[in-house]
Amino acid sequence: MKLALTELRRRPGRFSAAAVILTLIAILLMFLGGLLDGLIASSTGAIRAQDADAIVYSDTAQASFVRSRIEPQTRAAVEAVPGVTEVGGIGNVQLGARIPGKGPRDLAGVALFGYEIAPTGVPDAPPAGQAWADDVLEADGVEVGMIIEVGPARTPIEIAGFVNDTTFNGQASLWASPDTWREVLSANRPDAQLGPDVWQALVVRGDGADLPALIDAATGGATTSFTVDDAINETPGIQEQTSTFNQIIGVTIAIALVVIGLFFALLTVERTSLYGVLKALGAKSSTIFAGLVAQAVVLTAIASLIAGTLVVLLQLLLPPGSIPLLITPGRIILSTVLLLVAAVLGCSFSLRRVLRVDPASAIGTTS
Amino acid sequence: MTSAPTAPAPTTTALQMTGVRKVYTMGDGSDVVALDHATLTLASDEMVALVGPSGSGKTTLCSIAGGILSATEGTIVVGGEDISGHNAKELTKFRQEKVGFVFQSVNLVPFLTARENLLVVDELGKRTGAPAKARADQLLEELGLADRAKNLPSQLSGGQRQRVAIGRALMNDPALVLFDEPTSALDTKLGEQVMELIRTEMKARGTAAIVVTHDDRITRYCDRSVHVIDGRLDA
Repeated sequence: MKLALTELRRRPGRFSAAAVILTLIAILLMFLGGLLDGLIASSTGAIRAQDADAIVYSDTAQASFVRSRIEPQTRAAVEAVPGVTEVGGIGNVQLGARIPGKGPRDLAGVALFGYEIAPTGVPDAPPAGQAWADDVLEADGVEVGMIIEVGPARTPIEIAGFVNDTTFNGQASLWASPDTWREVLSANRPDAQLGPDVWQALVVRGDGADLPALIDAATGGATTSFTVDDAINETPGIQEQTSTFNQIIGVTIAIALVVIGLFFALLTVERTSLYGVLKALGAKSSTIFAGLVAQAVVLTAIASLIAGTLVVLLQLLLPPGSIPLLITPGRIILSTVLLLVAAVLGCSFSLRRVLRVDPASAIGTTS
Repeated sequence: MTSAPTAPAPTTTALQMTGVRKVYTMGDGSDVVALDHATLTLASDEMVALVGPSGSGKTTLCSIAGGILSATEGTIVVGGEDISGHNAKELTKFRQEKVGFVFQSVNLVPFLTARENLLVVDELGKRTGAPAKARADQLLEELGLADRAKNLPSQLSGGQRQRVAIGRALMNDPALVLFDEPTSALDTKLGEQVMELIRTEMKARGTAAIVVTHDDRITRYCDRSVHVIDGRLDA
């Protein structure tokens, strides 16, 4: 192994082509992962921010706010579930917002929420006609105190302040009082307006190991409840996005495996003579193969380190709101681990060839 | 059965091959006898030239004596160790500890310095560390390469590379060193210098050696010559 690492150190040029290709693959892998994480984050920030033990939708809603209706009697049944300590209604409406200083058709997408229990990082509901805005709206020129007009009815909403990481469906969120939300909903989506005590969903706090199941049982199947994590996964489009990106990531890893496999297979063919000599001197096949694996692992680790640094820089350089890219240490580590596994598996293509190198080939040959 | 004459009154024996046969079975099922009942004994400080045309069986004999090939039948004892029944793993360990090789094209590891090429033997074998480094330095000194210890093979002349290869073969203090055409890549003058060096080093250490060669001029540096023709040994 020491021999293999010495070769890496003394002959870096020999490995540069593989290192460059692996770095590009690692960048692609981390960028794809970052896009997936960014898309999920921008689609579900408002749900992730909920400080709740369960989120309750109506039974046919499929975890969609706009399809969900919670009647007062259902809410009462939820409140009566043993272990439930607090229940708050929540609802949203997605609209285009006109921002002062922008063109009349230059709309910013917003998701306006009405809420009873404040999510993490969001203060209690502001006075009527006001809303807390997600800070991604700052990129559109929105400021505190500014009045924006939402929906076709141009309902005025004054920005009371900013919150962060609460986007929903890729749109900036606005957090308003229940009355403001109902007013905006009635004015702009009259087809979707709700009765006075009807909510789209409930945010529930309480004790108990399986609170969502207890709630659904108590409502006689009128609700479908989730933990916050499950609600994120069940949000429409999330599983499809995750599945699609994971398939692309899987293909990228397969390409990395083939690249590493081919590179080290070629290197092994080129070194057959040297391996024959080393075996004649007493090297075991396992020692030679371990050297190959060590080279592949170090090469992959270096490529991942460079790629990780570059994607972090890319994220810092991208203008806010331009691409939903979210690079996290966890994503970089996961990508690196996947590439390292691919490196070890790729090297295994060369194992048979290493085993077949005959030490007798070192004797009676001129090269 | 054919055999080569044994060395006169050896005190100890470096190599004892008795009735060694090597038969290869070809793809069509026919057998090719590469070595035919060869018997050869080397004293502990004896140098033997193994002479013969291409395909005569020199390399096969050398490979069997060095534990690289297994014999089809016969007994091989090297440095007191009977390797006739050794499996591949045991032969690997045997090669690490009991024999040294100098290959036809030298075959130094190109990205290692002269000193590191010697230490490879320890790296692949016992991993003794400091004692191995001391031995490598001592060998390089004795071979006149102390000032070249940090040079890569590409920075050494052909003769210097050959000397590094000799040093590598002696690193594990072997009972037997096998030289495969050690002068074939060198001009006549350098070849003679290298053979002189080999003889000096082997005799100084009391180490047995087999020198495989096509060149009859090499034989004068050895204690005796053994001719191989069609797998049979002849004096």
